[in-house]
Amino acid sequence: MSNTTVNKKTPAAYNYVDSRVGFSAALKRNMRKVFPDHWSFMLGEIALYSFLILLLTGTFLTLWYKPSMTEVIYNGSYIPLKGIPMSEAYASTLEISFDVRGGMLLRQIHHWAALFFIAAMVVHLLRVFFTGAYRKPREFNWLLGIALLTLGLLAGFSGYSLPDDLLSGVGLKIASGIIQALPVVGTWALYFLFGGEFPGTEVISRLYSIHILLLPGAILALVTAHLLLVWTQKHTQYPGPGRTEKNVVGYPLLPVYTAKAGGFFFIVFGVTTLLGALVTINPIWLYGPYTPDQVTAGSQPDWYIGFLEGSLRVMPAIEFNIFNTWTFSPNVLIPALILPGLMFALMGAYPFLESWITGDKREHNLLDRPRNAPTRTALGTMSLSFYILLWIGGGNDIIATTFNLSINAITWFMRVALIAVPPLVFIATRRICLGLQRNDLDKLLHGKETGRILRLPEGGFVEVHEPVSEAELPKLLARETYPVWELPQKVDANGIKTPKYRRQLMKAKLSAWWTKGDLPIPTMKEIQSGQHHAHEALEQAHEFGVEPGKEEIVTSTNH
Amino acid sequence: MANLAKFRRNRFASVLVLFFALAVVSIGFSGVNKLVTPAAAKIGSEESLVDKGSALFAEGCSSCHGLNGQGTSDGPTLAGVGAASVHFQVSTGRMPMAAPGAQVMRKAPSYNEEETLALAAYVATFGPGPAIPSEEQVNEWQNASVSEGGELFRTNCAQCHNFAGSGGALTNGKYAPSLGQATPLQIYEAMITGPQSMPIFSDETLTPESKAAIIRYIQELNKSENPGGMDLGRLGPVTEGLVLWVVGLGVLIIFAVWIGARVR
Repeated sequence: MSNTTVNKKTPAAYNYVDSRVGFSAALKRNMRKVFPDHWSFMLGEIALYSFLILLLTGTFLTLWYKPSMTEVIYNGSYIPLKGIPMSEAYASTLEISFDVRGGMLLRQIHHWAALFFIAAMVVHLLRVFFTGAYRKPREFNWLLGIALLTLGLLAGFSGYSLPDDLLSGVGLKIASGIIQALPVVGTWALYFLFGGEFPGTEVISRLYSIHILLLPGAILALVTAHLLLVWTQKHTQYPGPGRTEKNVVGYPLLPVYTAKAGGFFFIVFGVTTLLGALVTINPIWLYGPYTPDQVTAGSQPDWYIGFLEGSLRVMPAIEFNIFNTWTFSPNVLIPALILPGLMFALMGAYPFLESWITGDKREHNLLDRPRNAPTRTALGTMSLSFYILLWIGGGNDIIATTFNLSINAITWFMRVALIAVPPLVFIATRRICLGLQRNDLDKLLHGKETGRILRLPEGGFVEVHEPVSEAELPKLLARETYPVWELPQKVDANGIKTPKYRRQLMKAKLSAWWTKGDLPIPTMKEIQSGQHHAHEALEQAHEFGVEPGKEEIVTSTNH
Repeated sequence: MANLAKFRRNRFASVLVLFFALAVVSIGFSGVNKLVTPAAAKIGSEESLVDKGSALFAEGCSSCHGLNGQGTSDGPTLAGVGAASVHFQVSTGRMPMAAPGAQVMRKAPSYNEEETLALAAYVATFGPGPAIPSEEQVNEWQNASVSEGGELFRTNCAQCHNFAGSGGALTNGKYAPSLGQATPLQIYEAMITGPQSMPIFSDETLTPESKAAIIRYIQELNKSENPGGMDLGRLGPVTEGLVLWVVGLGVLIIFAVWIGARVR
């Protein structure tokens, strides 16, 4: 007790707790923690807040929802379904919607928040990807993010299935078909999950346990780990004045950042509530209860499963029998299992692949501007175009009826476009990035164009350039290049073969591809002379009487 | 006469003469025309419905379906389609067709109800087919059960017309149309005649009571009561996703930019 100095001004209760818990030291240390300020750093926050909204509204829903497939006759207040046999799950969802005070609103907020949750994760992922924030030391956090996205998809799909309405039942039927398409273990896996044939009497209660217990628990744990890593590794920042790899420039957690983040939570909650109050989502009363003999046109999953719906719809129907005994259906296996598996595996492996190709093992706390990593940016937009095309393929029927097109034509267009469009997007993006880089380089070496034309005494015309501002300079200087990996000799002077030559050859090729078209980094001397030149030109312009923004053209001063 | 001769050189004289000549020719032609033209343009209440239909048919339908409804390379034979089929196609504006395509679209009807009934009566003489259902048959829906209708609708109709009758895509540009504008009579006729890609639901498949129940449910859907707020076209998750990305996330990102803007 002797080494603890008790401040007499603080309340006794505070000191009582603090001397036992000791949080004042931790608070002192952490409350001044600085976060950089940029709108794109708040996208992950949207996901976090949506998750909180999901926990709150979800708890409310569990009070009335009955996860049971027992058949009951509906006798609630929604007249068009009165007297219809349905599962208890569906009946209780109708009860929440029509007979529980505020139930409809909370159900709709919950569903909108689920869509927000995954959408925000996706845009957050895109921000992290295009700025290279996943580079060392943040590779694990990238993996945690991908795990969260996967869990989010599973949580979404399991929740979508719970009302046991016609739409979600069709979704479950498709899921059961996908499980069956697993080679060898498919049928067994289906029986394991559904407790027998589809639809059985078990699946809803099993999905319920997964949806309200396993998945939220896992998401909560991973979110905590994700945020702890952000906390200990510090947040990345964009290049700017005074920002280096070793510091963080921004606002302290208390009070500025807490106020901003806390306010943003209420904004997210507010927008979600507005949507829940004004816009119908998942009108289960129109879909009706699920029975396996019914199906509705326009059966679609929620948007985040849309890419899988698209890949299933676009895939040509290939199916064959082995010895007329085993049915093998690549038409389901490839689009619904192999493709997403590949997509997620590539996403997870990407940071490691990139650092292997570039040979970059340094720590990065400054973000890349997308233009400064043309190959990465191009790979990103290429993948994004593939994903968006799958989305369109998944909504082909709605697009067909809305725009009076043939669904067959759309499907065929997608089959071609999925192969042809991404490479074009890759090439175009890389060219655009390199073009933007050239523009930056031009600013560094010749100064910034001012749009002011100066007529010289000799009669010639020049455009006045001005030096780049102090605030902009660090941004332009942030670009770096990677040396092309040099391929060692296959057999060295002593006749000894280089080990793992094939792998080295591949790395050399990939490295050359990665750096293709890279512009040289100007030396500091070149930049200084360029800026100096621009400065001189500006001085000269002033000498001739050109005042910035005053006079556009001066004629000769010889008279 | 002298006055008239003086007027001869007036600058309006030629215009006046021209109008006079036009009037003489047009009145004369219409008089002669009345005498020469057959029943086609002469529709009087004294003629039977079939005769009237025959005239309308020759004028508006025969170019594709043939003068006797036997069909041509441009249109199918109408023998045996029945009055209900004609009444459905014409009263929904699908016939006469605006342009050939994957599917004939609904549009404003070209004939009024009286003319439509006449056409239907005439085409019915080509061969036996389903008759236009009687008023009592159609109005039976008012006594039918809405929940039974919903069950039948989801079993028989939703797979093409979607869960709320908003319509859905079929193969090669064909589609099941939205039921939002269909009248109870038209729905009944569609069920017994199976227009375009639609199957025929005979009284053995769907009893008249079932048909009435389905009509009842569609009337319920068409009331467009949305307890959950805006219905986004009742097209399912695609429009919901669109609203989320464009409106929802759009608004949140605008807020993020606002919050992230540096204080100056």
